[in-house]
Amino acid sequence: MLTATSPDPPTVLIPMPHISAKDLKSNYDVIVVGSGAGGGQTAYTLAMEGVKVLMLEAGRNYDPASETPMFQENFRAPLRGASTPDKPFGFYDATVDGGWQVPGEPYTNASSEPGRKFEWWRSRMLGGRTNHWGRISLRNGPYDFKPYSRDGLGFDWPINYEDLAEYYDRVEMLIGVYGSNEGLENTPNSSPGVLQPPPKARAGEVFTRHHGRKLGLPVIPIHRAVLSTRLDSKTIPAKLHPRNPRAQSILAQAMDERAACFWATPCGRGCSIKANYQSTTVHLPPALATGNLDILSDAMVSELIMSDAGKATGVKFIERKSRQEMQVKARIVVLSASACESVRVLLNSKSARYPNGVANSSGKVGKYIMDTVGARLSGQIPALENLPAHNEDGAGGGHVYVPWWLYREQHAGKLGFARGYHIEFTSGRQMPGMGTFSPLDWINGGRYGRAFKEDARRYYGSFIGYAGRGEMIPNEDSFCEIDPVVRDKWGIPVLRFHWKWSEHENRQAAHMQQTFADLISAMGGRVRSAPEKDGSKAIEPGGSIIHEVGGAIMGSTARNSVTNQWCQTWDVKNLFLTDGAPFCSNADKNPTLTIMALAWRSADYMLEEMRKGNL
Amino acid sequence: MNSPLSGRLDRRAAIKWMLAGTATVMVIDRATFAQSSPVSGGKGYGTDPDLIKEYKPGDFWPLTFTDHQRRTATMLCSVIIPADERSPSAGELLVQDFIDEWISAPYPGHDRDRERILSGLVWLDGESKTRFGRVFIELKEGQQSAICADICREEVKQPEWVEPSRFFKRFRDLTAGGFYTTREGMLDVGYVGNVPLATFEGPGPEVLAKLGLA
Repeated sequence: MLTATSPDPPTVLIPMPHISAKDLKSNYDVIVVGSGAGGGQTAYTLAMEGVKVLMLEAGRNYDPASETPMFQENFRAPLRGASTPDKPFGFYDATVDGGWQVPGEPYTNASSEPGRKFEWWRSRMLGGRTNHWGRISLRNGPYDFKPYSRDGLGFDWPINYEDLAEYYDRVEMLIGVYGSNEGLENTPNSSPGVLQPPPKARAGEVFTRHHGRKLGLPVIPIHRAVLSTRLDSKTIPAKLHPRNPRAQSILAQAMDERAACFWATPCGRGCSIKANYQSTTVHLPPALATGNLDILSDAMVSELIMSDAGKATGVKFIERKSRQEMQVKARIVVLSASACESVRVLLNSKSARYPNGVANSSGKVGKYIMDTVGARLSGQIPALENLPAHNEDGAGGGHVYVPWWLYREQHAGKLGFARGYHIEFTSGRQMPGMGTFSPLDWINGGRYGRAFKEDARRYYGSFIGYAGRGEMIPNEDSFCEIDPVVRDKWGIPVLRFHWKWSEHENRQAAHMQQTFADLISAMGGRVRSAPEKDGSKAIEPGGSIIHEVGGAIMGSTARNSVTNQWCQTWDVKNLFLTDGAPFCSNADKNPTLTIMALAWRSADYMLEEMRKGNL
Repeated sequence: MNSPLSGRLDRRAAIKWMLAGTATVMVIDRATFAQSSPVSGGKGYGTDPDLIKEYKPGDFWPLTFTDHQRRTATMLCSVIIPADERSPSAGELLVQDFIDEWISAPYPGHDRDRERILSGLVWLDGESKTRFGRVFIELKEGQQSAICADICREEVKQPEWVEPSRFFKRFRDLTAGGFYTTREGMLDVGYVGNVPLATFEGPGPEVLAKLGLA
């Protein structure tokens, strides 16, 4: 029986055989909890290699082919598509049942002081946050895996860049990433032929590139998981699945079902033509086509089931429609529910034998939660006024960015903060929304009538915004634990967060704003607001960049970390975490690509260990 | 200035006091917004609305404007964004109905806009009567414009125009948001996207030349 609520989309050759709870098999090889970037990649790798996988997703089934609002203009939406508490990123954002608050599923903060709160974005849908994310896919560089060795702060990873480089290549070939190889410091090249060609820069991006040179800012093509051309289904499958003709043929078919970007509609809505990566369009269809993957949606996992021998034998979950608690078993359990949600499952798996939760002999579960440092500044650029009308929709997100460029100065201790940031752009003649013309008053002092209309034409497209995305160093004051009192509507104890930025992050945020102000001035523009000298006023609240990682960090010993380099918990050898939880640092690079590369590597390790009979 | 607590109070002063946000707001609100019911606590469109469907104001929550308020809002929309050779007026594109939807929405912040807009519309009639002896929609174009000219600026010197100018700014923001999200409004400013393209060519030579980067 199918639980899918949407009709089969016309172009999809691969059925989506989601199961209902009564069709669960009595045993699986692997249970994967979560269906986003980490869960999607884990299930894909395992299912393609013949492993029987059950994926449990807390939210509802979701079909991008039939549910994505591709060309809907804002006038068709309630409130012109403006954001509301129901849809925090606007009406047409892909997120289902999600946001920084999920009804009936609270979390708490230990402190209400400014700067001490963490806001936790979740979504409750198949594919999770991959459906709406920005698709920015940057590799961590060699420094990013050895930050402690470099400056004495935080932790080194138990792996090097070289250990993951091959997996970055594989993920990029599978999902399709545009970008270029620039050979810049700690900004790795992909192997030849892996990246897709980047789209041309827009007017504001070109203008920034030109004037950014005066400040030494390298404006280069960004890497995003959007197909600028169709994937090469003739050669890539054999590279990804050598000696596995069936996997190759399934993947080739799945790749052929993905269209190249047609340079319209924002990626945050999702993509019905599968031109960008989301787990639901890229990982899950081929994995399902193998017949090795069952997906059960509306299954909210509450805790692990442990054997007397100290192995995970399965999970308990609440079937959301019937509100019944159920169990399912497997040889291996993989938590990939998003860093904090996976931590929550570990901590809630308490028993006499595991008084602090499972896989927590180190006491490190929940520790070292990190987000990305965010600060922004916007301005108006006279040179961009009155440009001839032209289409700047492009790839539905940025085409260029500025990687961190002050490694030498920072390493010499000249900056006052230890880690770097990259710069993302918002520019151009985007589809007007509710806020597009709000800054006009600032420019023209407040007008109405024909003069207002003329100003709108003149200034449209001349506003530009820069956002810094920087590395946060893990600290002892940023962690989560189980709230002793509060439970969610399923009766599951919730997380309580503790949060604190260090001066490294605050100073970095102030540096971001000063850089943006200098850049806007260099372009002959006007800054919307003066840059904050006090970084604690510039920095966005913890959790607002939605890059939370850590909480079950990987390391080289069981004493000071939760998992080994394979994302395998030290304490329970058939328990793995393949989301952001094992990150022991959070480079300025957006985490999703690294989550997928680590998940693939971890799944390869599971395959090997299963073959050897160790798992 | 009259105190709302002392003796008789003319309508104009009362509204000014109301707009200034004194303790009497609640009392005067009752009279001014007699027709309207409170919006707080109502239901929105939820966290999983159908994104493919097309919606119109009133689909999710009841609207507010009385006939007179709607006619006044229509007129003000069209004073702010009048018809010209490139596009129709905001009133012709029914932006007033969007504003009605906005101020009726059961989300945080919208109740504040509701109070500001409804109070402002009352003020507008009061000011029109004081200056020209008629309500706003009955004024000549030049008379309407004369009032707007006094409250349209970002920096307002006269204390009695501070609150009305806040109302005007918010109304103008909503009008612009409503107008430039229509097809006519998007075309007016030269938004030519939202169409599938075979290739993305980036800025053409004409654009680069204007940027001095040809």
